[in-house]
Amino acid sequence: MEFLGKTNIDFIGMRKITFIISGIIALIGIIGVIQIGRGAANMGIDFSGGTSMQLKFAQPLTTQAAREALAKGGVKEVELQEIKEGNQILIKMNKSDITTGKVAENVQGILARAFPANPFTVESSTEIGPSIGDKLKKDTLVAVALSMLGIIIYIAWRFDYKFGVAAVAATMHDVLAIIAIFFVLDKEVNLLLITAVLTIAGYSLTDTVVVFDRIRENMHKSLKDPLTKVFNRSINEVLSRTIITSLTTFLAAISLFLFGGEVIHDFAFALVIGVLVATYSSVFVASPIVALWEKTPVESKA
Amino acid sequence: MTKGYTWRISLVLVFIVASCVYLTPTLVSTLPAWWSGLLPKDKIHLGLDLQGGSHLVMEVETQKAVEGSLDLIATDLEDALSAQNLRYKKIVRLGGDKVQLTLYDRGSADLVQTLVKKKYPDLETLPVFDEAGFVNLQLRINEKEAQVRKDRAVAQALETIRNRIDQFGVSEPVIQREGINHIVVQLPGIKDPQRAIELIGKTARLEFKLVDENVNAISATASSIPEDDELLFEKRTDPATGAVSETPLVVKKKAIITGDLLTDAQIRIDSQYNQPYVAIDFNATGARLFDQVTAANVGKRFAIVLDSNIYSAPVIRERISGGSAQISGSFTEKEAADLAIVLRAGSLPAPVKILQNVTVGPSLGQESIRKGLMAGLIGVALVIIFMGIYYKLCGMVANLGMVLNILFLMGALAALGATLTLPGIAAIVLLVGISVDANVLIFERIREELRLGKTPHAALDAGYDKAFLTIMDSHVTALITAAVLFQFGTGPVKGFAVSLSLGIIINLFTSLLATKVLFDAFLDRFHVKRLSI
Repeated sequence: MEFLGKTNIDFIGMRKITFIISGIIALIGIIGVIQIGRGAANMGIDFSGGTSMQLKFAQPLTTQAAREALAKGGVKEVELQEIKEGNQILIKMNKSDITTGKVAENVQGILARAFPANPFTVESSTEIGPSIGDKLKKDTLVAVALSMLGIIIYIAWRFDYKFGVAAVAATMHDVLAIIAIFFVLDKEVNLLLITAVLTIAGYSLTDTVVVFDRIRENMHKSLKDPLTKVFNRSINEVLSRTIITSLTTFLAAISLFLFGGEVIHDFAFALVIGVLVATYSSVFVASPIVALWEKTPVESKA
Repeated sequence: MTKGYTWRISLVLVFIVASCVYLTPTLVSTLPAWWSGLLPKDKIHLGLDLQGGSHLVMEVETQKAVEGSLDLIATDLEDALSAQNLRYKKIVRLGGDKVQLTLYDRGSADLVQTLVKKKYPDLETLPVFDEAGFVNLQLRINEKEAQVRKDRAVAQALETIRNRIDQFGVSEPVIQREGINHIVVQLPGIKDPQRAIELIGKTARLEFKLVDENVNAISATASSIPEDDELLFEKRTDPATGAVSETPLVVKKKAIITGDLLTDAQIRIDSQYNQPYVAIDFNATGARLFDQVTAANVGKRFAIVLDSNIYSAPVIRERISGGSAQISGSFTEKEAADLAIVLRAGSLPAPVKILQNVTVGPSLGQESIRKGLMAGLIGVALVIIFMGIYYKLCGMVANLGMVLNILFLMGALAALGATLTLPGIAAIVLLVGISVDANVLIFERIREELRLGKTPHAALDAGYDKAFLTIMDSHVTALITAAVLFQFGTGPVKGFAVSLSLGIIINLFTSLLATKVLFDAFLDRFHVKRLSI
């Protein structure tokens, strides 16, 4: 079976449209990153510090009732979220004045007193002090910077620094795209998201490297052809592979998203988006950057 | 073409057998009797997010330890000066690094200075100065010495916490020092995390202090009481209503007996009132002191203070010899049992602060495993079906490679004693998708070569050759990010990075060696006209 026969699509020629699309996505992503840096996005407690817990009640309990009971008990700044399965409620509080170790106890005490007929079990409870969050933020930045640096060096060594920079640009594009979508949908930014982002960074690179590899091969083979043509031909040649691999990875990611459970739901969501974006970027972002750069060596900047 | 199948096939077989052997303890609930000796017995470790339990990060407030040891020096100097009949006005700790001795004249200051230098050679003495008609002598603990004490405090805290957890009874706890003053504690499968946290985090500084009966505690404030007294509260919880009442008491600042003079603490039940209490035994020094103090203070009250809370303040009815005493208060049996544990295990050298507490209940962990496996099986099924349809027989070879990948990866996790977390399972599922990539690359190349009119055998060789570099490059770049994740991640994320990195390396092996040998052997043995690709 074969989805695509020999294709001949002018990918490089589409760069005007795709650069605009990517530019907008990246811009939203950058705004998202700035908001995250300021702590203004929907930050998970692993970064902001705070308390979250997942309680499983014996009978259904609306978030409204829980919120009122908590407000009566003096707990006002709280986010509640219902998990459909099994009468569960997710309670999240960013920062509080009460010392760590007491917030969860306090909340559980209030709920136990307010709903004596509806007992609950604590499925999970997380309390994180602000100093841990700060350390984590720093560590995350270092991790991202280190991996990007490592990749630029590797690709620069294997190919050329232009390819290295373009690969990192495409990877950054994917990272920003995931952040943009999370930011727009107001989904929580937590350690798992960062993990997903770094994973996709790795995946995106793999994709980009495969395309670059073919470009390099074809550049050696046909020195006379114009670069745009070589680039287009290379992308078309590996297109089938790009789509098949993306598809199998997508199948795995989507089954995680659909069947993996609440804990990794957002994580899997990030992976699903990431696989799609990474495929797009290796074709529409990374290669056009190199093509443009190679074509206009000195006169003008791209 | 000789391709040395024998060693390649043997290598693959060895890995298969090894993986199965390492996985046996995980998959079989009870190992057969002959499973012994060098055969592995460890299961794949499950992270706390999968088996339930608590992950705590605590900070030892090391500065408090330094202050505590300065307080001790101050008390010790008071005793030493009194013993030598040297008069002093007061000796107090100043800030976080000094002890100040206020003396009456220069003459005694010189004597004291020599005594201090002899007794505490590590402390720095600052120049003597006069103030308001008194002579002040200051001792300072230098940065290096303070650091030594801080370091010791963390090491001691670690030991004490380990003792407490051992006595509390948790299977396979992890208690580690992290960084300068952090302690990480992992308690897998813990049933009552709140109780455990209280037990671990309690400083448990036990002190016996005399109540100052000359001061009316009801009207006393912190500023109105004599300088060597302090105002503490006795908390009582009504067992019926749960209401907490606080009774103020003024006690002498100086503790007569402290918890380090204990040899044992046990929970007992009062037969008369059916109330639990903690029976304590003193060592020889403690017993002697207790005997002296009770003899000299009959009729007065003796406050039993734990971490600046008064547990009880019984009246001393008679001299108590023999070195035993009891701590009673309004506590439940569990609280009394925990108090006995912390007293036995000793006090923490400094208070600890809980920075992070992640607790996962056992049912959520179970559910995560179930759902993770479910997602994995569905993912595997989807990929297998797709590859089978798209690449036919060759697709099935790739599928075999993928299954080998998972087997090897699980085997490697078991062999390395790595910890599997929920994100770790996610990484494995994701690898199912990614792992066929190498084969897809090869197959697409083979298809291209076939289109050029090459024979199956030649196309296969060319496909593998040309795809080799691409596969290497793409795997190395993926490995770079996985390695960074490993370096920076903690807990669940680290589990993810471990699975991912191992998966990438194993994938390289299966795609370039294991599936290749299948093709080679097949093509050599049979005369193939058309590749099923």
